[in-house]
Amino acid sequence: MDTGKYVIRQISIFSENRPGRLAAIAHALGEEKINILAFSIAEANGFGVVRALVDHPAKAHDKLLSLGFNIAFTDVIAVKMKDQPGGLYDVAKILGDSGINIEYSYAYSGKEGAVLILRVDHIDDAIKKIKSSGATLLERSVFH
Amino acid sequence: MKNWDPRIEELPKADLQRMQYKLLKSLVYRLYSFSPFYHDRMKEQKVHPDDIQELSDVKKLPFMFKRDLRDNYPDKLFTASQDELVRYHVSSGTTGKPTVVAYTQNDLKNWTTSLARGLTSIGLGRGDVIQVSYGYGLFTGGLGMHYGAERIGAAVLPTSVGNTERQIELMQDLGATAIACTPSYLLHIGEVAEKMGVNIRKDTKLRTGILGAEPWTEGMRVRMEEWLGIKAFDIYGTSELSGPMFTECSEQKGVHIWSDLALVEVIDPNSGESLEPGEKGELTITILQKEALPMIRYRIGDISVLEDEVCACGRTHPRIQRIQGRVDDMLIIRGINVFPSQIEYALMAIPEVGRHFQSVVDRKGALDDLLVRVELNKDSFSDKINDLMLIRQNVEHRLRNSLNVNVDVELVEPGSLPRFEGKSKKVIDKRAL
Repeated sequence: MDTGKYVIRQISIFSENRPGRLAAIAHALGEEKINILAFSIAEANGFGVVRALVDHPAKAHDKLLSLGFNIAFTDVIAVKMKDQPGGLYDVAKILGDSGINIEYSYAYSGKEGAVLILRVDHIDDAIKKIKSSGATLLERSVFH
Repeated sequence: MKNWDPRIEELPKADLQRMQYKLLKSLVYRLYSFSPFYHDRMKEQKVHPDDIQELSDVKKLPFMFKRDLRDNYPDKLFTASQDELVRYHVSSGTTGKPTVVAYTQNDLKNWTTSLARGLTSIGLGRGDVIQVSYGYGLFTGGLGMHYGAERIGAAVLPTSVGNTERQIELMQDLGATAIACTPSYLLHIGEVAEKMGVNIRKDTKLRTGILGAEPWTEGMRVRMEEWLGIKAFDIYGTSELSGPMFTECSEQKGVHIWSDLALVEVIDPNSGESLEPGEKGELTITILQKEALPMIRYRIGDISVLEDEVCACGRTHPRIQRIQGRVDDMLIIRGINVFPSQIEYALMAIPEVGRHFQSVVDRKGALDDLLVRVELNKDSFSDKINDLMLIRQNVEHRLRNSLNVNVDVELVEPGSLPRFEGKSKKVIDKRAL
């Protein structure tokens, strides 16, 4: 099975935990006409990591790098959920039953339903198990 | 050319010491006769020029301090008449009243000779283009280096500090082979070059850095050499000695102090007792041939170690190890002495840490608190919070082990800490004492 088409390139940006940092990132992306499709902030004491799915990840990477940000690409997958009570349970159960460990995840409720973004430890393995369990994975082409 | 003046530079130690004794003796006689200030100070200490019977009798002589220069502002310590003076330099006075140093024609000649020997010993000479990015003007760095570089027949590119992008363009266009500046400024130049898309290693002819005017560490040397593809040499001096005056040789094993120009001692900063070679203490220097503003046993305040073995380069003159801090820069944190250079030393051994950091000392309740802010290396960024926490813990752990005090570490974004064109300010002490 070609798992590659389900691997989505997320951008991750190191950010200090102080006012204006998110604005600086968002402003830079806006200037380049890059659309943010989903994003989350993970925070620790004093710093955080901004994670985002954008329509042009390479362009976003280069722009932020040129501004001096610490930025990296991370591979994630996106699972479609039913936008109704129990939707998250269905997906979480599949992952749990398949023994897939989630390193982190975040969700958004988009035009075509709710989506759960996941970073997992063994991405190819996870894609195969999720597919075989009958859940819907979104392809990379949906995002970029 | 290997040596500027092999006759002096490789003179046997015994001969050097005989020379130093004669110079010291005549200096002391001259000051006793012509300097009211030093005459009084010798009287207070009950020492007469006749008491100087051998070189080690230097220990009988009273010290001079920075405050002596301030108290005698502007010219009360000068021992040359005004019409013999050819140059003034003035220190910035960031730590108090400014101090003025003056030079006769001979003083400039000796200063220049000292640097000519040093620059030759690191392999520079005719055909080299030396970019002088120390400040020109009242500060001694720019003009001092300028004269030394011209003396050895190198071409000088007198860029002074600032306007970094233009500095990099000129470095490329005129093929600078060496740069003289503070280590902090070279870091800044390297980063600005990267942003401009200029690879110092490939796109310039720069092969040598002559770095000083602030303490730096061996770890920083290794990083700078690997990053920029240069050899980095330490240079030492203070305005009271003339300016930047002494450098390392090609061995990079400490700064040679020319014995015919200066007598260097290392003393215990508290007791004033002389220490043996190999022991760490405060540098104390007597400038043996200075005419306008002689200094005897001047307590520089820099902490170092004296090495008296003949160097592998063949030069017999003693060397001082890298400056490890200043007596007055020493931080006392919860009763423990911490030198800012120890922090740099520990950080530079950690690959995840970038080249820039800043220490902030504050008081939390009754306790001193040391916070070290470090820029994360670009290659070490992980998307996982846990990895970042581990990096921070590791840095805290390593700093605690080497400083013996608790340290909080903050990871900050690359480029967020201040960059410096002159001397850097790596420690902020917020304690209201």
